[in-house]
Amino acid sequence: MQTRDFVVRFAGEGGQGVVTAAEMLARAASSVGYHVQTFATFPSQIMGGPTWTQTRISTSPVLSPGDDLDVLVALNHEAYQGHNEEVRSGGVILHDSEFESPDDERAIGVPFDELAKQAGEARSANMVIIGALAHLVDMPLAFFEDFVQKRFAGREGIIAANVAALRLGYEHASDSEVQIGQLEPPVKPEGEQLLIKGNEALSMGAIAAGLDFYVGYPISPATPVLLFMERNLVGPGKFAYQVSSEIESIAGLLGAGFAGKKAMTATSGPGLSLMSEGIGLSWIAEIPLLVIDVQRGGPATGLPTKTEQSDLQAALHPAHGDVSIPVIAPGTVEECFYGGVMALNWSERYQGPVILLSEMSLAEKAQNIPKPDLGQVVSESREVYTGTNGYLRYDGWELSPMPIPGGPGAYVANGSEHDAMGDTTHLPERHVQMTERRFSKLKLLEDGPFERVNGDEPIALMTWGGSKGPSIEAYEDLITEGHKLAWYYTMCLNPLPPALLEELRSKDLVIVPELNYQGQFSSYLRSLSVKAESITQFTGLPFKVRELKKRIIALAEACKGGKVAA
Amino acid sequence: MTTKNPEYDFKWCPGCGDFGVRRALEFAMAERIQKTGSAMESNVVVAGIGCSGNLVHLLEGPQPFGFHGIHGRSLPIAMGTKMARPDLNVVVVAGDGDFLSIGGEHIGPQAARNLNICAVVMDNGVYGLTKGQSSPTTELGTNTSSTPYGKIEESINPLELYLTLGVSFIASGFSGQPRPLAKLIAQGMDHPGFSIVHVQSPCTTYNDTYEIIKGNSKKGIEPSIWELPEDHDASDKQAAYGVVRSGGLPIGVVYQQEGRPTLDDRQADLREKAPLKSAQELLDAFQL
Ligand SMILES: Cc1ncc(C[n+]2csc(CCOP(=O)(O)OP(=O)(O)O)c2C)c(N)n1
Ligand code: SF4
Ligand SMILES: [Mg+2]
Repeated sequence: MQTRDFVVRFAGEGGQGVVTAAEMLARAASSVGYHVQTFATFPSQIMGGPTWTQTRISTSPVLSPGDDLDVLVALNHEAYQGHNEEVRSGGVILHDSEFESPDDERAIGVPFDELAKQAGEARSANMVIIGALAHLVDMPLAFFEDFVQKRFAGREGIIAANVAALRLGYEHASDSEVQIGQLEPPVKPEGEQLLIKGNEALSMGAIAAGLDFYVGYPISPATPVLLFMERNLVGPGKFAYQVSSEIESIAGLLGAGFAGKKAMTATSGPGLSLMSEGIGLSWIAEIPLLVIDVQRGGPATGLPTKTEQSDLQAALHPAHGDVSIPVIAPGTVEECFYGGVMALNWSERYQGPVILLSEMSLAEKAQNIPKPDLGQVVSESREVYTGTNGYLRYDGWELSPMPIPGGPGAYVANGSEHDAMGDTTHLPERHVQMTERRFSKLKLLEDGPFERVNGDEPIALMTWGGSKGPSIEAYEDLITEGHKLAWYYTMCLNPLPPALLEELRSKDLVIVPELNYQGQFSSYLRSLSVKAESITQFTGLPFKVRELKKRIIALAEACKGGKVAA
Repeated sequence: MTTKNPEYDFKWCPGCGDFGVRRALEFAMAERIQKTGSAMESNVVVAGIGCSGNLVHLLEGPQPFGFHGIHGRSLPIAMGTKMARPDLNVVVVAGDGDFLSIGGEHIGPQAARNLNICAVVMDNGVYGLTKGQSSPTTELGTNTSSTPYGKIEESINPLELYLTLGVSFIASGFSGQPRPLAKLIAQGMDHPGFSIVHVQSPCTTYNDTYEIIKGNSKKGIEPSIWELPEDHDASDKQAAYGVVRSGGLPIGVVYQQEGRPTLDDRQADLREKAPLKSAQELLDAFQL
């Protein structure tokens, strides 16, 4: 049987190399031209604790992690117990024969460690597993041998041991005579590809847009951005640094943004809460800066290692007072890159804070994406004041050039309501002018692109952020099955592209899959006079496509039957 | 403000110590410009929230850049500016509440970094702007608007705190002596590293300490202000502890640690160690 899609989950205990195995498989498969995506969960403890990572390999672009497992690799008995029900019928469970064999006809025991030792490299158990997987889907071992050659180039002993491990795994699985199909050969995507994670992609996006300054405080799942920047953003005119709290982070960005730098930080929900007052200051004092919130489950310490989309309302209104903060939420790893570019550009263009909302499931997802052409990336910079002294920095009702310390036009960047030169005032007409001035600048950000498919349909599906993958997959299936439904999508959540909003307002119902309890995006849409209803999930895990389809159909039917009051 | 700005609607009370601190800062910045030949626009004054922070709007003459942000965060804002632009002269002006209470968490990290800025703290032992509540430097037992039956926490000794946190330049001054205070601020700005000039700046409305500081011979009140002796060795930390524990209001440079690298220096070292890759090189590393 030919198959075009292959989902394997590695489950075990933290420290057993579950993530490494999944990523290695993804890397090997993508290097020969398959499309891949990983989905990682993390244990909540440093050593041990149950964890799993999933790799999906396909001959066409991968949208979601995959509902059902073709293969479960169970590294211990708990992993078998916790995950075997998600293995599809006809699937296989590869388990470590070190532990007691489950009474399950789908199970094949493999002595992972013993074979690795036999291969001459105790740390090659992952290769034993990958060899066994290659047999199960009838993939040529040569694919993986090439990968090993490249990965360990120059270290002949290690190459030999890893190749031996691949073969031993392959042979061991062959003995079982079980196969689950033949994965079609890859259709190499056109153009150069990257294998990159969401956190890395948004870091690269910001760097491509000219980021100068980064300060941050460690917090899951945003820490990799800090580490990436500390490694890669230190040089002439650039600096990245770990500070002592998120309050220091936001204050540091304010100081650096004021001093002319393109500044950003990345945090998660708890850090966003601490930055609240500083984000408001950036809005009122008109200081460009970018805050990335890689969402995890909340509130408070919440679910630090699980995915959720529950910070949307906090991102739209992170600060007290009359503020409306621009929000961009990428939905795929590729969009993380372009979202990073756009978010930094927006902050420079309108001279104020921008929040980029990512999430755990994107942050750690490794995926192949077309390599961005940096020649095409536009990097915007704020308009700098170059005149003489005596400038009125906050004059007028619209954006005006920003003076930079060291240059002309000294003023006071003020977090209290102020007059044109930045001095504190309480005059009613000034508060009116300044408030309107600040809101008028949002008009500069109405150029966001959006997606539309079957726009004539009265019922639409419109998800946001990382639920995009499962939602498109569900949408495409539903259309193939003959359902009538429009598709809309944008990563620009505030301001929403006005043309998009116009269209949404004309719909009978906009169905919003999102990972939170309250239906935060649909409630935002309703506040903008769109008849929207959410499909919510708050398990700490992404949507499964099958489940999503059922719920979309049910909501659409209820709308047609007049049962949705939206 | 370059000229008197009719829209600006904040005024210090008559006799407020902050007038003197403003004068001192004007002197110190003017002297610096003259000495270094730099432009006034290369100075940045980051202000806290309080009566004291309003100093940034009340400076006369050529104007520096200013940042009047949020309560307690003047130090980390100044950190961002200085870290991003080591070429700028960055000065913080803040009250005792702003600097030592809500913003207290930011002193230690700047001391550890030896951030090359100068903080001028205007200590009036009270929250002036919010009308007379107790602050970290209000004495134990004092009745204030927020301690109607007397303050039940002990006052802190800011100079001792700075010493213990490792601040590399610590001076103590009085708002009633703008010229000598200007000298201390100028020394603080010249000091390579984190300098704090802690100033007694009395609040005539809620905590008038002029008499305690200057004394009153008619009432038989001895002045609490005293000059550090010529032979005080500011490089000797033990001697500095001796000074800050001996009570009263010492005037002078209490402590100065010389030769310690600043954050600017260490940033420069790091830049040498970490050759910056181009965006293209970084992106290429992810290529399949
Ligand atoms: C987050 C926050 N909390 C409280 C306030 C109210 N507030 C403004 S100034 C101030 C205290 C000022 O005292 P201090 O720093 O000693 O300055 P002074 O007015 O005495 O110069 C307080 C509590 C505020 N602006 N922001
Ligand atoms: S209340 Fe006190 S600190 Fe504030 S201006 Fe008046 S005298 Fe100065
Ligand atoms: Mg005070």
